[in-house]
Amino acid sequence: MANLKEKISSLFPGATIEELDTLRITISPAELHALAKALKEDSESPFDFLMTIVGMDWTESLGCVYYLSSTKTKDIISIKTSTTDRDQPVLPSVSDLWEVAVTYEREVYDFFGIIFTDNPDMRRLFLNIDWKGFPLRKDYDMESNENPVSTENERQSDDTYVYSISADGKLVKTAKPVFEKDDFVVNIGPQHPATHGVLRFRTAVDGETIKKIDVYMGYIHRGVEKLCENLNYFQTLHYMDRLDYFSAHNYHHGLCLCIEKAAGIEAPRRAQVIRVLMDELSRIASHCLFIGTFCMDLGATTMLFYTLRVREQILDIMDKTCGARMTFNYECIGGVMADLDPDFVKDVKALLAVLPSNIAEYNKIFTGNVIAKNRMEGVGKISLDDCISYGVTGPSGRASGWACDVRKTHPYSIYSELDFEQVVMEEGDSMARFKVRIKEMEQSARIIEQLIDNLPEGEICAKVPKVLKLPQGSWWQIVEGCRGLFGVYIESDGGTSPYRLKIAPPCLPLAAAVDHMTSGSKIADLITIGGSLDYIVPDMDR
Amino acid sequence: MFDFSIVTEWFNSFLGSYMPAWLVTVIECLGIGVGLLVLYALIALFYIYYERKLCAAFQCRLGPNRVGPWGLLQSFADMFKILIKELIALNHTDKFLFALAPYLVIIASMLAFAVLPWGNGLQIVDFNIGIFFLIAVSSIGVLGILLAGWSSNNKFTLIGAMRSGAQMVSYELSIGLSVLTMVAFAGTLSVGGIVQAQERLWFIFSGHIPAIIAFIIYMIAGTAETNRGPFDLPEAESELTAGYHTEYSGIHFGFFYLAEYLNLFIVSGVASLLFLGGWMPFHVPGWEQFNHIMDYIPGIVWFLGKAFFLSFIIIWFKWTFPRLRIDQLLSLEWKYLLPINLVNLVLMVLIIVYGAHI
Amino acid sequence: MEIMEQITTKSMPYEAFKDNEYIESLVEELRASGTNILVGSLDKLINWGRSNSLWPLTFATSCCGIEFVSLGAARFDMARFGWEVARASPRQADFMMVAGTIVNRMVPVFKRLYDQLAEPKYVIACGGCAISGGPFRKSYHVAKGIEDIVPVDVYVPGCPPRPEAMIYGIMQLSRKLKVERFFGGVNRQEKP
Repeated sequence: MANLKEKISSLFPGATIEELDTLRITISPAELHALAKALKEDSESPFDFLMTIVGMDWTESLGCVYYLSSTKTKDIISIKTSTTDRDQPVLPSVSDLWEVAVTYEREVYDFFGIIFTDNPDMRRLFLNIDWKGFPLRKDYDMESNENPVSTENERQSDDTYVYSISADGKLVKTAKPVFEKDDFVVNIGPQHPATHGVLRFRTAVDGETIKKIDVYMGYIHRGVEKLCENLNYFQTLHYMDRLDYFSAHNYHHGLCLCIEKAAGIEAPRRAQVIRVLMDELSRIASHCLFIGTFCMDLGATTMLFYTLRVREQILDIMDKTCGARMTFNYECIGGVMADLDPDFVKDVKALLAVLPSNIAEYNKIFTGNVIAKNRMEGVGKISLDDCISYGVTGPSGRASGWACDVRKTHPYSIYSELDFEQVVMEEGDSMARFKVRIKEMEQSARIIEQLIDNLPEGEICAKVPKVLKLPQGSWWQIVEGCRGLFGVYIESDGGTSPYRLKIAPPCLPLAAAVDHMTSGSKIADLITIGGSLDYIVPDMDR
Repeated sequence: MFDFSIVTEWFNSFLGSYMPAWLVTVIECLGIGVGLLVLYALIALFYIYYERKLCAAFQCRLGPNRVGPWGLLQSFADMFKILIKELIALNHTDKFLFALAPYLVIIASMLAFAVLPWGNGLQIVDFNIGIFFLIAVSSIGVLGILLAGWSSNNKFTLIGAMRSGAQMVSYELSIGLSVLTMVAFAGTLSVGGIVQAQERLWFIFSGHIPAIIAFIIYMIAGTAETNRGPFDLPEAESELTAGYHTEYSGIHFGFFYLAEYLNLFIVSGVASLLFLGGWMPFHVPGWEQFNHIMDYIPGIVWFLGKAFFLSFIIIWFKWTFPRLRIDQLLSLEWKYLLPINLVNLVLMVLIIVYGAHI
Repeated sequence: MEIMEQITTKSMPYEAFKDNEYIESLVEELRASGTNILVGSLDKLINWGRSNSLWPLTFATSCCGIEFVSLGAARFDMARFGWEVARASPRQADFMMVAGTIVNRMVPVFKRLYDQLAEPKYVIACGGCAISGGPFRKSYHVAKGIEDIVPVDVYVPGCPPRPEAMIYGIMQLSRKLKVERFFGGVNRQEKP
């Protein structure tokens, strides 16, 4: 890292380098693109994975924080850049370096109104095109009736816009049609059984073959990030249950770790073990539901009922300890809310006893089926480089050969002490994504087996002040959700509620990659690909 | 075996002694028509219940058990519900074709009922080209589906209809060829003749390997003909919402829903006619005592039993297998089933010529 | 008490239901208006049919939708009541289980889905978000309850409601159907 610091300061004398929880480079917008390019193409540790772009409103200026990671050295670095022009803030785009940046920059534009020059698709992402104001700016009036609930159909534009700076320094807006003129466009969603929620694909098809997909999100955009800014840190936690409701525990874990890191609290050992146990149980439950719904999408409805059997068993365990079936709100700052149920160990052992035979059953019914093989093999291939560029993490990324399991690359909690394997496959097709998840269930069971017999005694929650104030600063924490890398960014101004809480969900890049993965395949393959990516719409929309 | 034609003959002559011949025909046609309609509805309702219970059993559930004893009245409740649902009239559609389509589908399946052999002599018409008639009328159904998809003025229904058209036209070939194989073996196109030819032994046993191959192909193609899983692409729920009948509501949708189950029954009925002897009891040559006992079970029980058993297999397919993709579906037919079928036909002809059958 | 007899639910006593006053008020209304015996018995038959065959529209936006999937699975098995034929096409569904948050952008789509349902149609607001906006009530992009958009017949609170609660909710809807007059629309809820 020291080497890197020197390199950057020699190349970019204008950049200031700080040591926060990651290396933080502050740079002017003019030099941003060059710096990003230099970092991405660095020979020693190429920062080739863009984890997220955090839009920021620092009242006097608007800007972005980019979190980059190197797939080679696993280092994390952040770049901060800002502009003081609030009326027409302009930043350069990095979308030519990372494909996923197109979507991330659209999100920042949607929330903060920052225009990225040369981004090929500068439309709003979540909100309607006629939405007034930019909701995550600090001066946005939440009480205003500027944007009333309307039952009129949303206005729709077939054009997208590209902004560029002309020779005389002016911002030029050029319209570009999304589809070609004589494309047959089928609108799939938002209410459609295959989209796993309310996602909308505008699909240009040629017969049964897909030419292009335009993904529309925001049909379940609830503005969680803005809501969090008005709540104290304890209250922000409960929204984590409602993003990706299958990895509720994992998301809680991420946010708790981030707040604990900022406040200097450490959860007691017992709490850490319980958290990991819950994470892995919910991973099994989530993958169970994935297998079921994926098979149902492919037409094998019965599998759903077999996988839900195991899921119900896990939910029973959760129900006894956490008191709820889905939205648990169990992990809290400093530990967990309540101690384990007395039956917990017995129930988990019963689960572990039936899990292998159940997995064998799934493989027997579905994985070996000729039709299933034909439907999945070679469908929706994505290469390793594309995976990194699109930020496709989690089981979907690992199916393409990218060892991106945060539990291994950036171990948190007690994961570094545990003995488990990172499941990585090379094929990168739907079959691989399906198989990775089945194998991950086995690995999760292995982790639970190691922990369940020697649960440490002791406190379940550290002492946490009733009024929690975080010091000024910013923190970034990543954990492995059930669908991939989940990141939390907290910026605090010293108060009881976060100045900015950014959630980097794993499902947004997954949806952004759908167009790339589907072009040239059949409509039925869209279902296979969407199912195998296993995105959760409330998670990507937040 | 009790010959039901004794009853019908007696009824015919009984009426004939009181009224002129034309009136007899009218009354008989009316009676048969009403009987057919009632039977049609009852079988469809039974099938809805049958499939739900079966699928519940496959999925470790209970299935309907609240309405009536063991949930038996569930499908009647559904019927009353569907009858009173609003028929939504759509703008920008071809109103006439839109309304015509469900009737075409239901008429096609109803016509096919005419030649099914319910029992000895218990058949609506038994004419010398019965099987040919059956294949001909069952192809009308695809017209209804195409019209439904096209006239709805909806992209999903259009894709569903086009898929359905491609699928049914392709699989009609397989059905036709496997039927042809068995017709060649039986030496007649008449339904009654085919059943009588199986008095000694059912075709699936006496026809050697070609009969078994034809049976398997017929079952695959028949499942595809009825648009059921794993060939349910035209109404693939996860892809096309409800396929070609997305825009239909109320009883119009009810017709499609009923026709699906009726077609299932017809396909299994024809399979049982061609391969399992129709209403013919299970006979083994030489076991006179056994054959005699089998004869005590009425023909209609045999026929329905076989049809329900074959339907059970088709329902089992549906709830087990994932759906095929359209290109895989067509390549299965054109690259595998059709060539196998042609070879199979030649094989069957050789067996007949050399008299190698049992 | 002839009408009251119709409201019985198999293996669930009348007293076990919570808000019987509402049902009784509907019954009062029915009694007051009186009816022709023929139409009355036809109504009875039809109401028996439709209250026992409620087909839901597969409509889910978030967490509650997953509990709705659990409702169909072996543990809770809504097929027992004849509710399992979840139709993906609104034209063929009888009621809409609004499972999840309805946000501003979804409102037009949601309204259109409701309009596409064939009469007679019913709406169950399922979960806190659909009832009032729930935990997201203060957000800039969330509709504060669906009752401003479509008429709601049954509210099922919870976040998300447990499947048992959903079964209870649909049972309540089925009870309501039994005392509604199909012909004449005496006590049918009018469109907003």
